[in-house]
Amino acid sequence: MTTPLLELHGINKSFGAVHVLRDVDFTVYAGEVTALVGDNGAGKSTLVKCVGGIYPYDSGEYVFDGHPVHVHSPREAGALGVEIVYQDLALCDNLDIVQNMFLGRERRSGLILDEPTMEQMAAQTLDRLSVRTVASVRQQVASLSGGQRQTVAIAKAVLWNSRLVILDEPTAALGVAQTAQVLELVRQLADNGLAVVLISHNMNDVFAVADRIAALYLGRMAAQVKASDITHSQIVELITAGRSGDIGLAPAHASTAADIDLDEVD
Amino acid sequence: MAVQTSTAAPMAASPNRSLAQHVSGYFRRLAGGELGALPAVAGLLVLCLIFTALRPVFPSARNFANLFTQGAQISIIAMGLVFVLLLGEIDLSAGFASGVCAAVLAELLTNWHWPWYLAILTALVTGVVIGLVLGTLVAKVRIPSFVVTLAAFLAFQGVALLMLKNGANISVSDPVVNAIENKNLPVWLSWVLLVAVVVGYLAVQLLRVRSRAARGLGTDPLSLIAIKTGGIAVLGGLAVYFLNIERSFNPLRVSLRGVPIVVPLILLLLVVWSFILSRTGYGRHIYAVGGNREAARRAGINVDRIRISAFVICSGMAAIGGIVAASRANSVDPNTGGSNILLYAVGAAVIGGTSLFGGKGRVLDAVLGGAVVAVIDNGMGLMGYSAGTKYVVTGIVLLAAAGIDALSRRRAAASGLR
Repeated sequence: MTTPLLELHGINKSFGAVHVLRDVDFTVYAGEVTALVGDNGAGKSTLVKCVGGIYPYDSGEYVFDGHPVHVHSPREAGALGVEIVYQDLALCDNLDIVQNMFLGRERRSGLILDEPTMEQMAAQTLDRLSVRTVASVRQQVASLSGGQRQTVAIAKAVLWNSRLVILDEPTAALGVAQTAQVLELVRQLADNGLAVVLISHNMNDVFAVADRIAALYLGRMAAQVKASDITHSQIVELITAGRSGDIGLAPAHASTAADIDLDEVD
Repeated sequence: MAVQTSTAAPMAASPNRSLAQHVSGYFRRLAGGELGALPAVAGLLVLCLIFTALRPVFPSARNFANLFTQGAQISIIAMGLVFVLLLGEIDLSAGFASGVCAAVLAELLTNWHWPWYLAILTALVTGVVIGLVLGTLVAKVRIPSFVVTLAAFLAFQGVALLMLKNGANISVSDPVVNAIENKNLPVWLSWVLLVAVVVGYLAVQLLRVRSRAARGLGTDPLSLIAIKTGGIAVLGGLAVYFLNIERSFNPLRVSLRGVPIVVPLILLLLVVWSFILSRTGYGRHIYAVGGNREAARRAGINVDRIRISAFVICSGMAAIGGIVAASRANSVDPNTGGSNILLYAVGAAVIGGTSLFGGKGRVLDAVLGGAVVAVIDNGMGLMGYSAGTKYVVTGIVLLAAAGIDALSRRRAAASGLR
């Protein structure tokens, strides 16, 4: 088996007295979509923010492309090729598409911004992703629809020859057609050889594009399995109880099956 | 899942647009609530017509020159305020900060007999230090800028009083400092300045078109550039022509013609700050922090440093405004930078089209708005209104400008532009 692009071992993270991540292991392969699932408060966003350098982790090992690294800031994560597309997209409404895509990493020629190069690169990136939905890259982001914004945010993430792209609920606020477009884009990223982590609550989305599924349960990694080896209801069990049959956490950490009525939580 | 491969032609980065498309695009933006500088330009025209009709002395060469010297301090402070407003913050202390810096200047020049360049430098440093303190309190300690600068507004008023020994005024007799507001460029140099501005503008535009066209990117049509350049040449030419008319009451004793020295100073500040705001990474980050602070932070921008720097620029520009004010009055008193200076400056920035909600504005707005404010102030003075009436009108104008800002924002939200 090939070496994973990202390997986390025993990651711990606390906010004051609240222990959010407990000894989390997480593995992501290039060319695959790894879905990260878990209930609200399971620690998905915290884990992702640790990967992206937003939060420092308290202990654990961060191995990128076979090398142990320390990531303390978004810049360092960016230097490794880790990009996060947040749920709220983090776009500036008052800037145009090009300006948003290059925000914080503007191309300069001497003192001044190299606008022509940035415009060209932005257009090429959107083109490579087969994006046909925006009229001009000099459009203000304020004038874009939800799906277009998501597209811009994803294009921003892949502009940087990035190697690992993390998408935090990219389809949460989108309609049916736009969801399909975005999922297609997600699949294309992986097919282009990137490692993609997809956070989602929507199991249909997860099974549509994911190669691997990692389930978090109350700050612990319940299981990380191939999407083809697991069923819809097993995933739901992992999310809600931390355990499903043989897979999942040791019984001490998982809630017993009797606590959960599956019909209610699905 | 099947992935469509792209076979269509590459997306045009930004297509070439004709003059007609530019014009229709402009009107579409107007209808969408993006008013830009229109209220300021329209207001300026209407006000000039009204005052000309009511007071024939208003358009005289002498009064025309007065407009520049009267509006200078406000415009300069407003230029600095644009940076703070772009972040969605406010600096209420800019007026008295300029007063304190002017007091430092006068104290050093008159009582300590320092040379003008050291005194000016120290006044500027004072402004920068004030900005550093205010910015640090806002960005690091996280006190709302309204409260920090309101406190500073009161405190600096006191500092000015203390420095000037409870209200005595210090006269400034340094010829260099006084020249800024009281001397003019020679007639020939005034024309050279105009030619330099027009040629410089044209050259920048043409170079831009060439570098973009070389990469196959969309460019502005040459006709649009010609119209803009022509407009600057005609308006600038008229202004220089009027300023070059003899305005002395007794030309045999002392000749008074040419562009006031403060005008090239304002132009220089305008060009430098506009360049920084629109062409450098720092400027881009100012807009980003004003548009979405969290997005800027995640993009790796040092938001605190940007916020502190905006206050430094604002107070630094206030210091320049204070120097200009000292030059104009040939003296500094506790009210230099006081009374309505700050509200005029905020009004100038907002009238020009800078949003109080952050993220939108240009340095040019401050100068256009400053011109409107100067015309109102000057015209009402000529009409012989009392200080009371002036205050009321100033308040109404500021409110109207903020109202236009809020309404156009709502309009823009409705039309999906914001």
